[in-house]
Amino acid sequence: MKPDTVKPDAATSDAVRPGAVAPVLSVRELSVRFRMRGGRHIAAVTGASFDLAAGECLALVGESGCGKSVLASALLGLLPGNAQTAGSAVIEGTGGTDAVDLLTASERTLARTVRGRRIGLIPQSPAAHLTPVRTIRAQLAETLRALDRTPRSALPAAVTAAADRAAFPTGLLDRYPHELSGGLAQRAATALALVGDAPLLLADEPTTGLDRDLVHRTADELRRHTDDGRALLTITHDLAAAERIADRVAVMYAGRIVELTDAAAFFGAPGPRHPYARGLLAALPERDFRPIPGLPPELGDLPTGCAFAPRCPRATDRCATAPDFADGVACHHAEEPARA
Amino acid sequence: MLELDAVTAGYDRRAPVFRAASLTLAPGESVGLLGPSGCGKSTLARVAALLHRPDAGRVTVDGEPVRGWRHRAPRRLRTAIGVVFQQPRLSADPRLTLHDLIAEPLRATGRRTEAPERVAALAAATGLTGDLLTRRPHEVSDGQLQRACLARALVLRPRWLVCDEMTAMLDASTTAALVAAVEEYRAEHGAGLLAVGHDRVLLERWCDRTVEWAGCAEPGT
Repeated sequence: MKPDTVKPDAATSDAVRPGAVAPVLSVRELSVRFRMRGGRHIAAVTGASFDLAAGECLALVGESGCGKSVLASALLGLLPGNAQTAGSAVIEGTGGTDAVDLLTASERTLARTVRGRRIGLIPQSPAAHLTPVRTIRAQLAETLRALDRTPRSALPAAVTAAADRAAFPTGLLDRYPHELSGGLAQRAATALALVGDAPLLLADEPTTGLDRDLVHRTADELRRHTDDGRALLTITHDLAAAERIADRVAVMYAGRIVELTDAAAFFGAPGPRHPYARGLLAALPERDFRPIPGLPPELGDLPTGCAFAPRCPRATDRCATAPDFADGVACHHAEEPARA
Repeated sequence: MLELDAVTAGYDRRAPVFRAASLTLAPGESVGLLGPSGCGKSTLARVAALLHRPDAGRVTVDGEPVRGWRHRAPRRLRTAIGVVFQQPRLSADPRLTLHDLIAEPLRATGRRTEAPERVAALAAATGLTGDLLTRRPHEVSDGQLQRACLARALVLRPRWLVCDEMTAMLDASTTAALVAAVEEYRAEHGAGLLAVGHDRVLLERWCDRTVEWAGCAEPGT
C-alpha cells in the first residue's frame, strides 16, 4: 500500500530540512502541566522539541490520551486556565511581522495576529466546527471579511476562489453543514482554514471517522497544500494517513516525543527504532495485528524511569532512569540506526 | 443462523436508505460487511441488532422470526445479540462508573448477583486494569471507554455480536487489542459476528469472509 502521492524524494526533503531554511515553527522543550484539585499535577506534555519548515509535513502520532491534542491546543493558546506551560514555541515572522512565542503571547496578539492568519486550524470534527445555522457561503464570507478585510463588492468572487482552493464544489456553497457529507464538510473546514493564507497549518485528527477513500483524498489534499509551501503539523492516530502525507514522523508516548525520524525510514526500511513505535506499527492489520500489551500509564502518575518500560519487551534495570532524547530516539535499548 | 432477508429500511418510508438487503450468517461465523460512508451499513447493523424496525423484509435469529424491535423485542432475542457502536462517548451513560456500565445489562435483566464475577472477568479480558472501573466516562480515554463498551456487549454472553465501526476512532494497538478480545470470546463461546466497517484491510484480516455492500443491498432512492 505505497502511497501514490508525489512526495519530495530524500534529496529534496533534506534541502528543506530545518537548518537549511529557517523553520516556520520552532518548538523547544515544550511542557504542559495541568494543576488538579488536591495539588495533583498531570504531565500532559513533557519536553517536546521539533522544527517544522515550509513545505514540510510532520505527523505527530500516538495512542489516544498521549498528549497530542494538548500540544496542539498549546500552540493555539487554547489551553484551559489550570494549565502551566514551559519552554517555547516560536512561529517565524513573515512579511514584516515579528516572530511570536505562542506560549507567552497575549490573548490579544493570538486572537488578532496568529489564529487564522499565521496558523490555520483544520479541525478534528468539521461537522462540529462549522456553524450549523449558516451556509458555507456565509461562513466563508464572514471569515474573508474578518481576516482579509475583503470589500463587500469583491466578496462573491473571493468566496468562490476560497472554495476552489480546497476543492469545495461551488455549486454546494449554499448548503448548510448538516447537508454535507463528511468529506465535503472536511473540505469546507479546510477552505476556512486556508482563507488567511497562514504559513502553518495545524490538522488535528483530520481523517478520524472518514472511510479509506476519503482518508486518502483528504491526505492528498493536505499534501497539496503543503507542497504549495505551507508547513503542516498533522496530529493523528491513523498511521496509514500519516504514511501517506508525512515527511517526518514524531511518535508520542505518555506526553514525550520518543522518536522523531524520517517517514520513509519509519514506515519502510529499517523501520522505527523505539520499541513502542515498533509495537504500534506491528499492531496494524496489514502487519502482525498484535496489540502492545497493557495500557498507557496515567499522565498524573508517571513512573520516574521510562514510561514505556512496564509494557516493553526489552526493559531492563537501566529503564528505571528516564532515557534522554538523543539522535532522534529516547530509549536505552533502541534499534541501532542504519548507517547508509 | 442470523438471517436478513430482503430487508428495506430507512428513516422515511418514502425514501428508504436501502432496499432488499439480504445477508446470512452461519452459527459461529464472522462476516465483515464493507461499504463506503453513508451507504446505510450502520442502519443495517441496527436492524440486525434489533434496534431499528425495517420497513419491509424478515430477520430471523436462530430460527426465530423477529416480530418486535427495540423494547418490543422479546428479552431472549435481545440478550442473544451484543452490540458495540462506533462512538463510545455517545453510547455510554456519563453518570455510570465503568463498573456499573459493564454491569448494566445484568442489572436490567435481574441478574445483578452475577455482576462482581462477570465484571471482573470481562475487565481482565478487555484489558481494563486498576482503578479504571471506578471512574466515569469523562475520566478515561476513548480507547479505554470502548474497551468497557465491548465488555458491556459481552456481559450477557450473547450468541451474536454486532460491531458497527467498533475501531474507527481508535489507534492501531487498541484496535488490535479489542479485536483479540472479541476473537477470544468467540473462540470460547462459539458466537457469530457481524462486523461492519469501511476498513478493508482490517475486516479481511479479522473475519472469516467479507461481503461487499453493493452485492448485498440495493440503494434506496
